[in-house]
Order: sequence, then structure tokens, then C-alpha cells
Amino acid sequence: MVKLDKSTFWGYKRENGRIGVRNHVVILPVDDLSNAAAQAVENNVKGTLALPHPYGRLQFGADLDLHFRTLIGTGSNPNVAAVVVICIEEEWAKKVADGIRASGKPVAHFGIEQHGDHDTIMRASRAAREFLQMASELRREERPLKDLWVSTKCGESDTTSGCGANPTVGNAFDKMYPHGVTMVFGETTELTGGEHLVAARCRNDEVRKKFQFMFDRYQKVVDRHKTSDLMDSQPTKGNIAGGLTTIEEKALGNIQKIGRKCLVDGVLDKAETPTGPGLWFMDSSSAAAEMVTLCAAAGYAVHFFPTGQGNVIGNPILPVIKLCANPRTVRTMAEHIDVDVSGLLRKELSPDQAGDKLLECMFRTANGRLTAAEALGHREFVLTRLYESA
Amino acid sequence: MIHFVVHEEGDGVGVVVVEGIKSGQPLKGWIMEDDKDLEVTAQSDIPIGHKLALKDYKVGDTVIKYGVDIGKVVKPIGKGEHLHVHNVKTKRW
Repeated sequence: MVKLDKSTFWGYKRENGRIGVRNHVVILPVDDLSNAAAQAVENNVKGTLALPHPYGRLQFGADLDLHFRTLIGTGSNPNVAAVVVICIEEEWAKKVADGIRASGKPVAHFGIEQHGDHDTIMRASRAAREFLQMASELRREERPLKDLWVSTKCGESDTTSGCGANPTVGNAFDKMYPHGVTMVFGETTELTGGEHLVAARCRNDEVRKKFQFMFDRYQKVVDRHKTSDLMDSQPTKGNIAGGLTTIEEKALGNIQKIGRKCLVDGVLDKAETPTGPGLWFMDSSSAAAEMVTLCAAAGYAVHFFPTGQGNVIGNPILPVIKLCANPRTVRTMAEHIDVDVSGLLRKELSPDQAGDKLLECMFRTANGRLTAAEALGHREFVLTRLYESA
Repeated sequence: MIHFVVHEEGDGVGVVVVEGIKSGQPLKGWIMEDDKDLEVTAQSDIPIGHKLALKDYKVGDTVIKYGVDIGKVVKPIGKGEHLHVHNVKTKRW
């Protein structure tokens, strides 16, 4: 059994005290128009990481707030050493850069208007090169387990997720919880049918009320826009092919990820950073790349991703550890699976052994081992939108 | 050899965990929570990951898995038959 009380990992200590397990220099476009320049800088300065995305123009209100919160959170994530922000308008480049600067890390920002792409790319490349060389001299240091922030979200689930891979995450969460690790789960609509079980696990009435508010808010979105019972969306075609029949069944499998002992200590809005250790619920979409992007923006450093049918997702800055209990998927998609827990369904592996296997992989990943998704180049960076642009 | 697993005692469905289950095949099951064994004969071909009914259901019955309601029966299902979207629907949305 993995002994967690003295367990340590090797991470990068950032200016604000947070510990990262990767050391990326990110080139961050604030909007779609800046993708070309950001990717040109990435190409000029090998080893930097551009995060292109399709949004950022004419968003307003809560949707714009979420856009900024996600970009600033991503740049502030401890897996990132330094950031170059590029925006068509300098003012917004500065707004995002200032948000990231609050974390203390090196940030430079550039506006394209009145400069053009060539000049912007040249200036931004200079900053990126300096940051990259600076980051290359940073060294990992030994840190206690409690300094690691761990998120979870499952995808392309099937029935083996609920009886194998998800309870394995739950076992690992239950083991880490007493050690003051900061953890999160979400997927608001995918709790439908089991929301009462999550409510019962909330630490107190205040947390419960906040959870119920987030849950009801998302149900209203579904009610407002649905044209059917959501069959084919929740569960997805892949879920149904994998044997999941209803959203309730999917949700009950999903909830296995929060184990049996840990309490839900607090509730976060999308991309919001937790303020202390424990298990947090974050209101979020259940779409894999959206949810994992929000976890990265909230500051999480390692992610547990159980899959049944074989979701191939990764994230540019957050290492995504995939585990699977479906023997067919483990066989047909081996290159995507970091932890095979299919032995659980053959009685060859106990839940405790499976949880330990995942924790061992977590420590190796934190110490620098690339996940399958990282090795395969999966860098899905997907921003959540709340409604139309103005 | 375990052909299907059941989460807990009282659940009305099992999950097939091996490939190639054929109608008429005697199946060995394992109730994970209670570590008990049971046997059911398959009455349909059932793909890996899909569910078999552990009892007879009539229209309107509730299906229980993890000890919780996972939906309603919309077509009769016999013990050992494939239970999925063709005969069970959500009660939500």
C-alpha cells in the first residue's frame, strides 16, 4: 500500500508558493485574431507553447468574465513558468497580463493594432526566448503531497467506468483527502439522478445550498434549450455503445469518483480557484476538454481521467492521467491508457490495489513522466461559452 | 471466470464484462459490494459493457443499480435479457 503521510513529489515552486509539475512557457492569445501571431512565436522559439482558441471578440457580461477568468487562471497555473500575452487590442492584452502578474510570475504583453503581425511576432519572440531560457534554469524541489492539486473528470464513460475506473479515482481521493490535498470534481449535468448523493456529502448546509443552486441553474439551461430528452447528448452515442442507458445510470457511475469518505468542502464557479484544501465541486460542462480546461484555469496541476470507451483527451498545461477498466478498450487503445485497472472486473485487483496503482502513476507523472496524452500531443484547450457574442 | 458484475445486492441489473456473450450461455456473476456469486442464463446476445436483467420486468417498473433508480421500463424485459435504451428510458429531462 502506498504510504501517503511521508510521500513527496518533485515540483517547481512558483513565486506565489504554488507548486507546478510542468514548466511551460505559454504564448497566450486573448482572442481568435491573435492565434496566428501566437503560433508564429511558438514556431520561432522552440519549446514554448501557444494556446490557440476561437473566442474573445465581443463577448460581454458573465461570458466575458469567464473568458478572462479562464485565460488569467491558465496563465497563473503553477505548471506554467512564464507567459507572453498577445491580443489585437493592447488594453485587453494588459488586462489579462496584469491578472497573471498577480501570481508573481514573469509576463509580457503585446497588442497587434498599429504594429501588425510582423512587428508583434518579433517583439513577442524576444520576450518568449528570454522566458524560455529563464525557465530552463529552474529546478524541481521535493515537496509534500499536500502541495499537489488534483482534479478529476471522466469521459466516454461506459458501465465499466462506474464499477472500475471511477471507483479507483474515488479510492485515491479517499486516501489523499486526510493529507490536505486540494481536489476537485464537476460535470454538473452528469450528476442528474444522483444529485441527492452529492448534496448529502456536502460539509454543511451552506455548501449544500450553494451546490443545489449550481445544480438547479444548470438544469434550467437544459430545460430552456432542450428539444428532446437529450438522448444522444447525455448519454452520448459512445456512452450508449458502451452500455450506459440513462443519464441517471451515467451520473451514479460518475459520482463514484468522489469516493466514500471525503466530504464536499466547497463549491466553485467555473474556472474559480479554491481557497483551501479538501474536495471542491466546480460547476462545469461535462464535455471533457471544456471541463479539463476549467480545472487547469482553477489552478490544478494533475488530472485523473477515467474512461470506458476510450476518450483520447489531453490538455496543453495539465497532465491528464487516463485510467480504464474496460479490457477491450485497454487492448484496442493501449497507447492512450496510463493505468489499466481492468483486473478489478476479474477479481485480480482489489479496489485498494487499483487506487494505489493510480497514486503511483500520479507521483511518477508529477515527477516528470509524460502521460499518454502528452506523448501523443493532445493539447485540447477549449473555452466554455455561456451565450452568444454581442 | 466472471461474466458479469453487479454493484450491490438488490440491484436489478448486471454488467457484462467479457466479450462475445451469446443467448443461452450460462453466466457467472459477482456482486462486488457483498462479494457474492450468482448465476443467470443469457437470453440475448449481450455486448461487453451492456446490461442483463436479473429479474423479469413489466412496463412502468423502476430499474435499480447502485441501489438507486436509473430509469423506467418501457417494454417488458425477461430475466437474462439485454436491458438497454430499447426497453429502458430516463425519468429525467
